[in-house]
Amino acid sequence: MRELLVDVAVIGGGPAGLAAALAAYKAGAGEVLIIERNHELGGILQQCIHHGFGLHRFKAELTGPEYAQRFINELQETEIRVLLETMVLEVTKERDIYAVNSREGMLKIKAKAIVLAMGCRERTRGALRIPGKRPAGIFSAGTAQRYINIDGYIPGRKAVILGSGDIGLIMARRLTLEGAKVEAVVEVLPYAAGLARNVVQCLEDFDIPLYLQSTVIEIHGDERLEAVTIAQVDETWKPIQGTEQRIECDTLLLSVGLIPENELSSGAGVELDPITNGPKVDDTLMTSIPGVFACGNVLHVHDLVDNVSKEAERAGGFAAHYALGQLSTPVKRVKVEAGENIRYVVPHMISLDKPVEFFLRVQRPQEDVLLDVGGLRQVKKPSVRPSEMLNITLTPEVLRKLEGDTLRVRIVSPEEVGADA
Amino acid sequence: MLKHITCTVCPLSCEITLEIGENNEILSLTGNKCARGKVYATKEHTAPERTLTTTVRIMGGVHPLLPVRTDQPIPKPKLREAMLATADLVVQAPVKMGDVIVENFLGLGVNLIASRDLDRAQ
Repeated sequence: MRELLVDVAVIGGGPAGLAAALAAYKAGAGEVLIIERNHELGGILQQCIHHGFGLHRFKAELTGPEYAQRFINELQETEIRVLLETMVLEVTKERDIYAVNSREGMLKIKAKAIVLAMGCRERTRGALRIPGKRPAGIFSAGTAQRYINIDGYIPGRKAVILGSGDIGLIMARRLTLEGAKVEAVVEVLPYAAGLARNVVQCLEDFDIPLYLQSTVIEIHGDERLEAVTIAQVDETWKPIQGTEQRIECDTLLLSVGLIPENELSSGAGVELDPITNGPKVDDTLMTSIPGVFACGNVLHVHDLVDNVSKEAERAGGFAAHYALGQLSTPVKRVKVEAGENIRYVVPHMISLDKPVEFFLRVQRPQEDVLLDVGGLRQVKKPSVRPSEMLNITLTPEVLRKLEGDTLRVRIVSPEEVGADA
Repeated sequence: MLKHITCTVCPLSCEITLEIGENNEILSLTGNKCARGKVYATKEHTAPERTLTTTVRIMGGVHPLLPVRTDQPIPKPKLREAMLATADLVVQAPVKMGDVIVENFLGLGVNLIASRDLDRAQ
């Protein structure tokens, strides 16, 4: 078995892996290696041919492939090594990586630091437990996106889309432009889960109806999907009798959530957060295993690739420092806690000696509130929604004012803060 | 007549209400929280535009399709005509990001450009 020795090994060559590898390289890591299972770099961006990427980072509205290409072009100017069509089978806590490809067979890669950047995958029909038959014609939205945008196949002619997240909305427009008819987008929440911009440009532009507080309750068809039954739901998401409606269709797309892909992480013994389904990390993006870092959608599902790149650059930089023996052990460690109306906060632990960018999501929509970080900093938020990730950066000067060993992040009403003070 | 437009400039998504006169002119515009919203809603009423992103066939490449886009937004009512025009296009690999696939697309003064590099298949 061939053995490689590297400073920083990055698992995954999507947006997170690309940014992490470049940052590790720039931070002085000698041997940086990206291991990617596809035959090209770029990850999911290559099939996201719509535009709207890079508004923060490049101040331009790029398509997914354009966003990826900018990083790939930059990578080509470096000595970063890339192993394509190579599948990582196992990661150990000693930071040995076992991988395989058809050119070299098994590989053992010994890394001084590892960056986990495997991304996420789509939730499937099985996870939703939709009753009914199991005909052909039911796809996850991302799979359909790949068929249409990369492989050149249209998955069907009459479609219903379950889930109004951004991927579902984007696919409604894409199918319509390619000549299919989208009969309905069905969303269990009382509001569209995706960005308003996508509701306007992907649904309203094409008069595609959006059914809120509704879901698919039955699937019809033997060989091929023939129809679905949708119904309204109550507050507990139970279908309301008498609201059933049958919609003829040959295709059902599921856009019902993403799950970080952490089989390699848990195999190595990395401690996971049950809310994010990603590793627990500190303010250097290091997991519970020393020298193993995580970033991008494997850590928590982002909605903007710009944030993925930013987070991955930090992880890559710290991984390089670790590999070079420059990452000091923090003196004090403080636990970060999700308080009122906060679903999760990343990172989970901080050391107060470096600036921290917190990424977080709320549990429910609220308007005119304050985001409060440990009583140290408050920011006004005209509106917060679970679908829009929030971020806030605190400097070490501010963080050091913290008393106790827990930093509580919460959403509060302005009156409440007044009362506290 | 009243017309409702959801502003897409930022995540605030202001619901802007336009009062439209008999000659399709804007009599009043309310609900926007910033100046950019006024610009957006006015444009959206008078001449809405969209950037088209789609794919064209590519021969000899590592993929059968090449993602393309218009380098400027085009009039919204032209989207369908634009899609039909891309249906018959075939290009040859290799292609570089930004390569012009169709100059002055549909005579609209915009170019259809490649969204990525696409190498020849080995």
